[in-house]
Amino acid sequence: MTFDIYLIFNSIPKMLAGIGVTLQLLFLSSFLGLVLGIIILLMRISGRWYLSFPTFVYIYFFRGTPILVQIFVIYHGLPQFEAIRDSVFWPILREPFGCAILALTLNSGAYVSEILRGGYLGVDKGLHEAGKALGLSTPHRFIYVTTPIAVRLAIPAYSNDFISMLKATSLASTITLLDMTGAARTIVAKTFAPYEIFIAAAIIYLVMTWFIQRGFGLFERRMSRYIKQWGVI
Amino acid sequence: MNESDQKPIIILEDVCKFFGDFQALRNINFQVKKGERVVVCGPSGSGKSTMIRCINRLEEHDSGRIFVDGRELTNAVKDIDAVRREIGMVFQSFNLFPHLTVINNLMLALKLVRKAKKSEAREIAMRFLERVHIPEQADKWPSQLSGGQQQRVAIARALCMNPEVMLFDEPTSALDPEMISEVLDVMTDLANEGMTMIVITHEMGFARSIADSIVFMDYGEIVESNPPEEFFQNPRFDRTKLFLEQIL
Repeated sequence: MTFDIYLIFNSIPKMLAGIGVTLQLLFLSSFLGLVLGIIILLMRISGRWYLSFPTFVYIYFFRGTPILVQIFVIYHGLPQFEAIRDSVFWPILREPFGCAILALTLNSGAYVSEILRGGYLGVDKGLHEAGKALGLSTPHRFIYVTTPIAVRLAIPAYSNDFISMLKATSLASTITLLDMTGAARTIVAKTFAPYEIFIAAAIIYLVMTWFIQRGFGLFERRMSRYIKQWGVI
Repeated sequence: MNESDQKPIIILEDVCKFFGDFQALRNINFQVKKGERVVVCGPSGSGKSTMIRCINRLEEHDSGRIFVDGRELTNAVKDIDAVRREIGMVFQSFNLFPHLTVINNLMLALKLVRKAKKSEAREIAMRFLERVHIPEQADKWPSQLSGGQQQRVAIARALCMNPEVMLFDEPTSALDPEMISEVLDVMTDLANEGMTMIVITHEMGFARSIADSIVFMDYGEIVESNPPEEFFQNPRFDRTKLFLEQIL
């Protein structure tokens, strides 16, 4: 077997044809997952069992099953129900892209809500009390006191999840989507050189991960500017 | 003092509080008049902190009644917020909002609770920072200040809400010794200006100089309550004597 290093570099531009789909999957499902995660968090910490119990079931289910299985269930399973085919969601669920977004969003929402909960639990109880003593209402304390601190505490875990999401988008290639991994598989089918092509794909994912890490690192620095050890702006 | 000044602004009647099986407060009866300065002392775990935290409902009492300026503390959220607006509180661990600069710590509640405009809030905040002698720290982060400075910011933050009563929960216990006096000086100024104050402290020199009465608590009860001279010279109960021997 020969190893063709030029093939790696030559295939990278072709593979970038799939980067648009990868980025769409990543950003759209991460954004929707964040929104969902915040809603789930609020339900979970509401202190009302009929709101918190469903979130417990939801988180357990989506953390406890592989994303690939979730994608297959949504893509192959849901269309079997007439109610789904007749619903307003059908134009979205008919498309593999819509199914991938739905699966990734539901998965991300479960993890993000837990990550944010960790942030909220990390906020010093004394700050809640200081807010109460000043007469701040519960929503005001939540928005102006707890959230900015909780977000900072959650950044490292969230960036980890975001990078996991980047890699999870590659699973969309199993339901015919031409994301970067999908593009790589198409090129492999033509060149019969899986080794070089998948190494090329790996390089692109690594570069993207580097930018994500860097972005979150800067964000964390900005959010931590009030902490002594991070230095003063 | 005229008649209305004599009316108690804070009344606790037979207040009891449990944490699980542990009874933190046993039938507390306690009143504070407007302009009065009360120092609360006692061994740790005696219920001092729990008592003053019940006054602004950071803890909920289990039985008995609490009135603040004629308003009874119940579960009604609206009433609790109204009561909290009347009462300023200073904590042992300062509890400044770490993500806000000093001036923004002061301005937050002015804007959100008092609905002050930004420029107006800033003006009020600066006035109170000057009162605690640290206007030059306005734009720093709390983490850049010393403990004594942080506690003075916390006092200013509570004061700029214009409270009727100030509660101090061991305000100098977390401070290095050399910073205690700068905080006590601010509190003494406040006392001399006629602020109604309830102070939990082990600083007996401070207690002697500013207090109208000293309350001694032990095992969740108020053991005795007397003016300072009486309290220090003729403690009536053995428990009080023992405590005074230990700390003086």
